[in-house]
Amino acid sequence: MSTLSLHIKLDLDHFGLRISEDILLDGITVLFGPSGAGKTTILRIIAGLENRATGSVTLDDTRWQNDKAKYFLPPHKRQIGYVFQDGRLFMHLTIAKNLQFAAQRASSNTLTVDAVATALDLMPLMHRNPESLSSGEKQRVAIGRALLRDPSLLLMDEPLSSLDTKRKAEIIPYIERLPSDFGIPILYVTHNVEEVTRLASHIVILSKGRVVANGGALEVLERTDLMPLAGHLETSAFLQARATEHRNGMTTLNIGGQSLRVPGTTITTDTHLRLRIQARDVALATRAPEGLSIRNILRAKIISIDVVDEIFAEILLNVGGQPLLARITDEAVNDLKLTVGQEIYALIKSVAIDTGLIS
Amino acid sequence: MDFTPIWISLRLASITVIVLLIVGTPLAWWLAHTQSRSRAFVEALVALPLVLPPTVLGFYLLILLGPAGTIGSFWVELTGNTLTFSFLGLVIASTVYSFPFAIQPLQTAFEAVGKAPLEASATLGASPFDTFLRVASPLALRGYVSAIVLAFAHTLGEFGVVLMVGGNIPGVTKVISIAIFEQVETLTYDQAHYFSLGLLIFSFTVLFGVYTINRRMPINRT
Repeated sequence: MSTLSLHIKLDLDHFGLRISEDILLDGITVLFGPSGAGKTTILRIIAGLENRATGSVTLDDTRWQNDKAKYFLPPHKRQIGYVFQDGRLFMHLTIAKNLQFAAQRASSNTLTVDAVATALDLMPLMHRNPESLSSGEKQRVAIGRALLRDPSLLLMDEPLSSLDTKRKAEIIPYIERLPSDFGIPILYVTHNVEEVTRLASHIVILSKGRVVANGGALEVLERTDLMPLAGHLETSAFLQARATEHRNGMTTLNIGGQSLRVPGTTITTDTHLRLRIQARDVALATRAPEGLSIRNILRAKIISIDVVDEIFAEILLNVGGQPLLARITDEAVNDLKLTVGQEIYALIKSVAIDTGLIS
Repeated sequence: MDFTPIWISLRLASITVIVLLIVGTPLAWWLAHTQSRSRAFVEALVALPLVLPPTVLGFYLLILLGPAGTIGSFWVELTGNTLTFSFLGLVIASTVYSFPFAIQPLQTAFEAVGKAPLEASATLGASPFDTFLRVASPLALRGYVSAIVLAFAHTLGEFGVVLMVGGNIPGVTKVISIAIFEQVETLTYDQAHYFSLGLLIFSFTVLFGVYTINRRMPINRT
């Protein structure tokens, strides 16, 4: 596990950036925030491409920038890989030569072109020119090329933003596997909620040039106060679960001893999953309900009641040690006489499963 | 028939192109990437030969390179020879005269390459010079071809500056355009035809070749 220590300041005409943060790099750390928040600028500062920023950038004990010591390591001497939003393949070189370009300049050759090309399924493309590739293929080549540079940190700047849904679905599994396959931590910039929930092990949320949250994915995603920043993100909670068995076309998921049943049997048993449950899909009952079509009922305890506005309240629940959010009306809160610490039943109408494994 | 003017012209044009590439590439690179305020000033200076009559240019060069001029007197002290009315003087004059024809296509090409591939190259561990050689230059290949051809052709075709700085010394500074002028003056039209038609066909062939290659060149950046 590495730590990226960022203490940076940048003032431009229309935009100011102030970051003083230690960012834990383990698996995929997502830098999330609305456009214009400064996400790309931060990546560029880390890579050394933005020399107007002042302050210091340090990865573990490797110094990349330290203004006090008048030290600025130029980008080509930093052990970073950078996957740009638009891929930026060299148009005058074939795919094989694009990859070799990076391999030839790598400080050590722990990875071979063939190994990377095989892992990313680039072998059939090796003799093609970049312009003949689809946008998804280009991004896979760009990822391979960045890996071959043998980086100690891989920076990815919205690598999927130029792709349509189908192409995204093709490439996401490759990105998911990178940290475990190549042992390189990733700092991943996106403003897409799906990518966050799918990929993040750590999350840093950025707003108007400031960090507003920095921590483990589950912990950050549950903070309801951050939700306006996520824009269109419906308030959701994330539960870790384990698939235990298939029966009657349904899969049983174990959540801290309690179980949920979801349709479909495509999930391999014994795998760990992350479930996303939207707050509006959770109803509450003070007694064990009967005669309901909803089968998924979890016992929970109320941690907090947060009145969002004149109509709705958000109830934070503890489900066997994991947080769950319910969005109900203020009226219901009063009628049911809900109080903090109360034992309650959470009725779950729908569950979204992130196929990404979390451990 | 005396063919030496042809060889002098070809030699002059080739050497001028080489000098222009050596001097012009870094300058074009700087112009393409600098944020400096002096950029407009330098650009205007580089473009001057495009608008000035060759006689104005030739006049100042003559003063500068002549035995009494700053550069000329220094050269006389150093070597004992004068720069004016010598082949070297011609090379200097041609370089100045053809400067914009080499700089502008290169600058345009470097600007078209943009910063994006250079940044990508840097993040892959390539030093700035490595990036220049292996990324920027191949991507700017069209610019190089245009610069070489335009500067070469323009040097072949120059007349006024060459006449003023180099004079008309057979075997030394008598280039093809001056030879044609002389042939016309002495009414040897048949020889003037040979040289003129030769130059015409040569120029057309080179330009045609360049446009064909440009069209087929693999890099087609949009």
